[in-house]
Amino acid sequence: MAQAAIELIGINKSFGAVRANRDINLEVARGTIHGIVGENGAGKSTLMSILYGFYQADSGEIRVGGKPVSINTSNDAIALGIGMVHQHFMLVDNFTVLENVILGAENDVLLKSSIAKARSELDRLEREYGLEVDPDAVIEELPVGLQQRVEILKALYRGAEILILDEPTGVLTPAEADHLFRILKQLKDQGKTIVLITHKLREIMAITDTVSVMRQGTMVATRVTKETTVGELAELMVGRRVLLRVEKGQSEAGAVKLSVKNLTVKDSRGVTMVDNVSFDVRGGEIVGIAGVAGNGQSELLEAISGIRHAVSGEVMLDGKPIDLTGKADPGELRDRGLAHVPEDRHHVGLVLAFEENENSILGYHDDERYLKGPFLDVDAIMADAKDKIEKYDIRPGNPRLKTANFSGGNQQKIVLAREMEQDPGVLIVGQPTRGVDVGAIEFIHKRLIAMRDQGKAVLVVSVELDEIRSLSDRILVMFAGRVVGERGPDATEGELGLLMAGVEHQEAAE
Amino acid sequence: MSTPYAKLPAWADYGLIPVINLAVAFIVAGFVVMLVGENPFRAAVILVEGAFGKGTGIAFTLFYATTFIFTGLSVAVAAHCSLFNIGTEGQAYIGGLGIALVCLSFDSVLPWWVIFPIAIVAAAAFGALWGLIPAYLQAKRGSHIVITTIMFNFIAASVMVYLLVGPLKPAGSQAPQTRNFLAGAELPKLNWIIELFGAKIRSAPLNICFLLALVMAFLVWLLIWRTRLGYEMRTYGHSPKAARYAGISETRIIITAMMISGALAGMMALNPVMGDQHNVAIDFVSGAGYVGIAVALMGRLHPVGIVLAAILFGMLYQGGAELAFEMPAISRDMIVIIQGLVILFAGALEHMFRPYIQALFASVSPKSVGMQAVKGTGA
Repeated sequence: MAQAAIELIGINKSFGAVRANRDINLEVARGTIHGIVGENGAGKSTLMSILYGFYQADSGEIRVGGKPVSINTSNDAIALGIGMVHQHFMLVDNFTVLENVILGAENDVLLKSSIAKARSELDRLEREYGLEVDPDAVIEELPVGLQQRVEILKALYRGAEILILDEPTGVLTPAEADHLFRILKQLKDQGKTIVLITHKLREIMAITDTVSVMRQGTMVATRVTKETTVGELAELMVGRRVLLRVEKGQSEAGAVKLSVKNLTVKDSRGVTMVDNVSFDVRGGEIVGIAGVAGNGQSELLEAISGIRHAVSGEVMLDGKPIDLTGKADPGELRDRGLAHVPEDRHHVGLVLAFEENENSILGYHDDERYLKGPFLDVDAIMADAKDKIEKYDIRPGNPRLKTANFSGGNQQKIVLAREMEQDPGVLIVGQPTRGVDVGAIEFIHKRLIAMRDQGKAVLVVSVELDEIRSLSDRILVMFAGRVVGERGPDATEGELGLLMAGVEHQEAAE
Repeated sequence: MSTPYAKLPAWADYGLIPVINLAVAFIVAGFVVMLVGENPFRAAVILVEGAFGKGTGIAFTLFYATTFIFTGLSVAVAAHCSLFNIGTEGQAYIGGLGIALVCLSFDSVLPWWVIFPIAIVAAAAFGALWGLIPAYLQAKRGSHIVITTIMFNFIAASVMVYLLVGPLKPAGSQAPQTRNFLAGAELPKLNWIIELFGAKIRSAPLNICFLLALVMAFLVWLLIWRTRLGYEMRTYGHSPKAARYAGISETRIIITAMMISGALAGMMALNPVMGDQHNVAIDFVSGAGYVGIAVALMGRLHPVGIVLAAILFGMLYQGGAELAFEMPAISRDMIVIIQGLVILFAGALEHMFRPYIQALFASVSPKSVGMQAVKGTGA
């Protein structure tokens, strides 16, 4: 085995009473791709933040290239040749690629020589690693795949020998992800060391040499990738056997509950985000909308749920039209039986500063059940919250706890419990399991299918292809604001991937 | 992991941290006192004794506190809806106009207990209307409420100057103020309560507005944490997107919150106008609206905290006046410096010592900052 690029020995880190990392030992060999998997909250990001100088470990030792080091700031990490590509890009949107690359590494007042140096250096990196980006392009005009490439360039420009990538494929199309993996392999061949943090086991199998599994703050196993299986890794992550694909019976589609005709939606800049989209959702079926993030799915959901104004088109709920002119009131739609689990639970679906019980009535707070005249009926709200906590196994089961203190999976359950328990006729769900751990995914999928089996119409938007394929009875693919294809649940990933990437000649290939 | 710093137990959050902030403010103020050549310890004694030592001092302290409770509540109600109402000053001033109109019209014919409720309504209504215009501009036109409320303070000041040197000034008077109200518009004093405890009071303006302020503090608590309207205001305050999702009308909630805020500001005028001066004079608000911002921040936007913070500022006003009297080297401006330091440390730098205290708690007793210790806050 090659010499270790990084060694972490006995790392401990607590936040208050929460032990995010306990006695972590990790050895990453030079010139390899090392995967780290684990559920949300398993401590992966904390561990990498310690390595990158965002946090200091309470105890333990870090060795880089065999030498013990102390990393107190990210500058220390950069000096040691460690670079990090964050899940949420750290780029200045209205700067050019070049300006972003030199940001923090600019050395002269007028920037002239820094820019000249960066330009030639970028040139070299492009040639060496196949990382083509126009150095003068403005970041906000680049697709996410290229923005990520800029992040990688930033790290390499600072002389990174060890590259940490945190959930790098969350925002990419399958094709873009493949391209990223080719780049990573190339970097590896040039002798760089890569640490890949992800919860997607498929990626781990595809690209890593070794993989370490974290669970509840501890490192539970390290395997050579070739000698392990997805099933084993999933089991190690969760600590029990997991159903990777939820079982469901045949759907019995009934009457059309939600009908969308020629819907067109523009965003605040006047760019058409949803372009003449039409589809129906029947009772007793789950319709999944697949697509890379940013192709109009969010705007589609917002228009249907009355949050965003539509330019034209018609949406019928149980045969009666929804007002799309901008006067639509999401509260009124709720009364008519349309429940909405929004994509962004942190800013839209929940108020994180609220107590759990307060969030369990959000949007239904004008319901008589929760009111006594103008006053909130605190006892009724609390009893209702406790009831939902029990039914949906929300943990910790304390309705007075601040919502921000729940894990992602439990936060999502709070939203789902609120919307599903209203017994709506139509349920629309954006990203049902984003940032949710494997155990909770299984639970949420089962609940969605139970809704379907009760004859409800369910519309699911997700960027996770696996999820769409496992849940949906029918799959619509959105690209550039249009529905570019409809497939059955047995569509292959490659087929859907091509549609998602906007390859038009799919029909001919079949 | 979303909370890198675990929360402190409630007693430390609401008790210890403000006390530490205050202590630091007073230590720095002590250096300022030393700088002008006075003994800071003696100054502190004079300040505290001036505010709480004698019955009269206590009554004055609570009189000032009454004013600050109203303005503090006003700022807090708007802040819960994420609106920064700088206009409390002007809304209180215009509230005074409403009171003047009621008192000047009825003080010769009605007793105080009939005029008082009418004056409360008038003060609240005038203050609310002065808050309505900036609220409307914010909700419908997107004009920033901070800018418009500041401008409305100036407009209010100009309007009042015009009225007090013109239409409202009695003929032949030299002073820019209304005529003095008759007995019918004078509110009963509360000094007898303090005398019950054996303290002697010569003459002090503490009046039943203090009780009204406490009632309003309770009503604000009820509004914010126990009503549907308060729930909607807090939802909008934390996340406008979540409010939209929940079907809460942005226009309606902004206008309602600002009108309630303006009404509370307007009611502040009852205390000096009907309880003390018995007329409306130029600049009678004299900065109480701005102090309300500091009071609301220091009270962490909670009515109980606001009442306590208001009493603290009442103490600084009353004790400060005594201090300026007793120590000639310390002028009125020095008192303002001390008040400024309190605002700086307790308001603006409120979180300065928090990380250290959290680290201390985490190392001394990890259990006390654990998730289980996080119980309800405020509600």
